[in-house]
Amino acid sequence: MLYIKCPFCGYRSQKEFAYGGDGTIKRPELNQEISDEKWNEFVYLRKSPNGKHIELWHHVAGCRQWFKVQRDTVTHEIFQTTKMNEEIK
Amino acid sequence: MQKYSIFSLIKNAFSNHEKWDLAWKDPSPKKEYDVVIIGGGGHGLATAYYLAKEHKITNIAIIEKGWIGGGNIGRNTTIIRSNFLYDDNARFNEFGMNLWRNMSQELNFNVMFSPRGIINLAHSDAQMNTYARRGNSMRLNGIDAVLLNREEVKKIIPMADFSENVRYPIFGGLAQPSAGTARHDAVAWGYARQADSMGVDIIQNCEVTGFNVSGGKIEGLRTSRGDIKTKKIGLCVAGSTNVLAEKLNMTLPIETHLLQACVSEPVKPVLDGVVTFGAGHFYISQSDKGEMVMGGDLDGYNSYAQKGNLPTIQHVLTGGVALFPFLSRLKMLRTWGGIMDMSMDGSPIIDKTHIDGLYLNCGWCYGGFKSVPSSGWTFAHTIAQDRVHELNEGFSLNRFSKGYLLDEKGLGTKTWIS
Repeated sequence: MLYIKCPFCGYRSQKEFAYGGDGTIKRPELNQEISDEKWNEFVYLRKSPNGKHIELWHHVAGCRQWFKVQRDTVTHEIFQTTKMNEEIK
Repeated sequence: MQKYSIFSLIKNAFSNHEKWDLAWKDPSPKKEYDVVIIGGGGHGLATAYYLAKEHKITNIAIIEKGWIGGGNIGRNTTIIRSNFLYDDNARFNEFGMNLWRNMSQELNFNVMFSPRGIINLAHSDAQMNTYARRGNSMRLNGIDAVLLNREEVKKIIPMADFSENVRYPIFGGLAQPSAGTARHDAVAWGYARQADSMGVDIIQNCEVTGFNVSGGKIEGLRTSRGDIKTKKIGLCVAGSTNVLAEKLNMTLPIETHLLQACVSEPVKPVLDGVVTFGAGHFYISQSDKGEMVMGGDLDGYNSYAQKGNLPTIQHVLTGGVALFPFLSRLKMLRTWGGIMDMSMDGSPIIDKTHIDGLYLNCGWCYGGFKSVPSSGWTFAHTIAQDRVHELNEGFSLNRFSKGYLLDEKGLGTKTWIS
């Protein structure tokens, strides 16, 4: 069981959270011509690293805020959690 | 190669079964091969077998980091079916069903293929409608599909909860009577033994550390047991696809996730075929030993751990107990996990790549076991002929950018909820 530190509520059990996938994916800029290739990268292509992974989680049974987590995909150790507008260092 | 039969069994009984030939050799890698298959699981072994048998290419190496059959081919819940809605998936897997039916004879190895049927249960009228549609689609592709009503389902699985006051009453189900199960380890061993006998080198405990690519062409690969020259490489590494893709500077529409399964203590025969719960993610069958074999949801976040977490098992078995209340009184014998190459539309990829001589076989999500023969057969064709076969042309790598998705369940790109 993961023990996740919500940046707003503190440590809670995994059962309170929903996963939101890769947190490094950026949507292409608005109001610009976007190639099929760029859309493909944004919608479908994922690095899915073996090791440190920056991902999004949603404290769905708590404060309902989204936030970023840096977690190891092999050991599940969580190194950092930050608010959405902060960067993982 | 020694043929397995009742006569060889009797003959070897006289020498206390101590003089059987080894089923396959343990060679060291040669300097050069015509084709190198990375991954000694079901798909890799089957690919090598069909390359040798159908295309007469025998200078092949299978490179396996661990031991053959130690990955997902030995970790799955052994379900074989072709109950798909879309033509590309249905035709491909029905082609595989025919290979399954003859597999024990063809490989001279008893894979214990047992066509005991599968039932997908429906718990609402809407679900019955979608099953009717899928069943019709299956029948148009020549696959046996039977829509069952509540009473018909009750005859087949009377031990399910058919009482009136359940949260998800059983409305009926979609059955594929020709679906079934097989002994998964035997599939790996059978393909390995035949491939070895035709000259394929099965190289275990050999990790791929890099690739030699020059001018957009494959020239060879680097391994923990030395460099190997080759012009063609086939990737069959399931959950490790992204790790090898990174060494090739490729990013794929794949994420690696963990799936768990579990078995109970063995009990007397209670369940004939495979049953899937339609109101949650849970599937169950009974092994020949009597264990209830069960599986369900992914762990829910990217993982290479090869072992799972407890909340998911609890969640899956909650669904199981809702369907079959008797499960609550069984002890769990063991649980285990495997890492899955989850594609963005839930369907596989068997294709060439932008690198000349690099072929991709991945994205099996958690349905790779049933496709072992059809995947091996079509991937062997793709490698040998350097073009896709019509059976796997729908499984192209560029279908994502082109918009030709094969999203059976309509779940979209959230691989962790599929």
